Amino acid sequence: MKRVKTLTSRTLKNTMVKGGCGECQTSCQSACKTSCTVGNQSCENNK
Amino acid sequence: MIHQYKNNGYNIVLDVNSGSVHVVDDLVYDIIAIYEDCGQDEIVERLSGRYERDQILEALGEVRQLEEDGLLFTEDTYKDYIIDFKSRPTVVKALCLHIAHDCNLACKYCFAEEGEYHGRRALMSFEVGKKALDFLIANSGSRVHLEVDFFGGEPLMNFDVVRKLVEYGRSQEKIHNKKFRFTLTTNGVLLNDDVMEFANKEMANVVLSVDGRKEVHDRMRPFRNGQGSYDLIMPKFIKMAESRNQTNYYVRGTFTHYNTDFAKDVLSLADMGFKQISVEPVVAPPQEPYAITTEDVPILCEQYDQLAREMIRREKEGRGFNFFHFMIDLTGGPCVAKRLSGCGSGTEYLAVTPWGDFYPCHQFVGQEEFLMGNVDEGIVRTDIRDEFKMCNVYAKDKCRQCFARFYCSGGCAANAYNFNHSITDAYDIGCDLMRKRVECAIMIKAAQAALEEGE
Repeated sequence: MKRVKTLTSRTLKNTMVKGGCGECQTSCQSACKTSCTVGNQSCENNK
Repeated sequence: MIHQYKNNGYNIVLDVNSGSVHVVDDLVYDIIAIYEDCGQDEIVERLSGRYERDQILEALGEVRQLEEDGLLFTEDTYKDYIIDFKSRPTVVKALCLHIAHDCNLACKYCFAEEGEYHGRRALMSFEVGKKALDFLIANSGSRVHLEVDFFGGEPLMNFDVVRKLVEYGRSQEKIHNKKFRFTLTTNGVLLNDDVMEFANKEMANVVLSVDGRKEVHDRMRPFRNGQGSYDLIMPKFIKMAESRNQTNYYVRGTFTHYNTDFAKDVLSLADMGFKQISVEPVVAPPQEPYAITTEDVPILCEQYDQLAREMIRREKEGRGFNFFHFMIDLTGGPCVAKRLSGCGSGTEYLAVTPWGDFYPCHQFVGQEEFLMGNVDEGIVRTDIRDEFKMCNVYAKDKCRQCFARFYCSGGCAANAYNFNHSITDAYDIGCDLMRKRVECAIMIKAAQAALEEGE
């Protein structure tokens, strides 16, 4: 494509198949304790 | 749902439901803004004053291709999946242990009221902590990774119990096929070489509380006698960060109405050599003089922009650092179940008081209507658990039209409750700032991609 640069073509829909194992970190245990941020957390299965 | 915005010279298009992110030229940007409402002829007509017809048709072709590939204008098909996901039996995987309801600082914005959480001063005994770990193991189902945060008050005021609980937890790992991830949040006053050595061996993460510039820190984080704490803690935090090779820790600050120029505080910490930095807005009742106001929001958003641009500059110069709220993993981030099901408070995450009571999270401790049970009887108020269990982005009206819902998971239940008396509402100022942070985080990714391509 000439006019579009796609940074990620990952589609979240695909994560429905194997997702939800729950092994990942609880969001408030990372650093925040006052806000909820999950977008910056990593998937335990991608490590 | 599409979210499009311009930031730092980048035209960014986020296809919210698929999670796809595109950097586009001006023409594609303008087409996407009207694509869903207009047919081809109308698009050409409306844009023909600014662009050539051939260009418009070419750009339109690229937009259509993205749509066909499932990377633009995708539908939200997750609602039933999330409701089904949340209906599964509850397992507990994380505890916030209030190892000490006491503190050696008197921080003015402390939601724990100098560590005491609207209650009495108390230290958790080893016996209570041990029962809490046993409860966690027994209620964690097939989950292997269990998280335990030593929190307070100031947990190092009860360090002996921290040490014993870690030892006990480790002794149980093989027996039950579990792995504990211990973390420690500290103000640094009692940090010493012995604690550092222990923490570096046993703690997966440490959170070091410091607000940034000395004058900002000392104003809000004094000792009980009023003296500032910066000079005592800062050298220790620098040493601790170095001893952990600048990873697996955060220096973690709070900004308030008093320092709406908080980007300077973040950069002050970066200038001290810290590589893992989190500085966050205070959460406070609106009547407090230090509370963030609606009028502060545009100023704070501009600060996030400034910070993002400075971070890009420093990264190019080889002296980059991580800012917790700008970290985003576009390719390997969490699954959609994680993104939409909420933070887990009251269900898979619980706070434990020094005397063994359970609350949905550390921010609810001391609010008796949220007392859920205790380490002897387990969860008694299953109604509270069930209410939190169904708290997800689809239960929140404000989240439905918000592009950031896949990044904040519906926000903080405690904030929602404190401001609107409902855990399925949302804290509006927090939402405004969250949206800005997500925009900045994605812009930084666009800049990094451009840098890699040598643009």
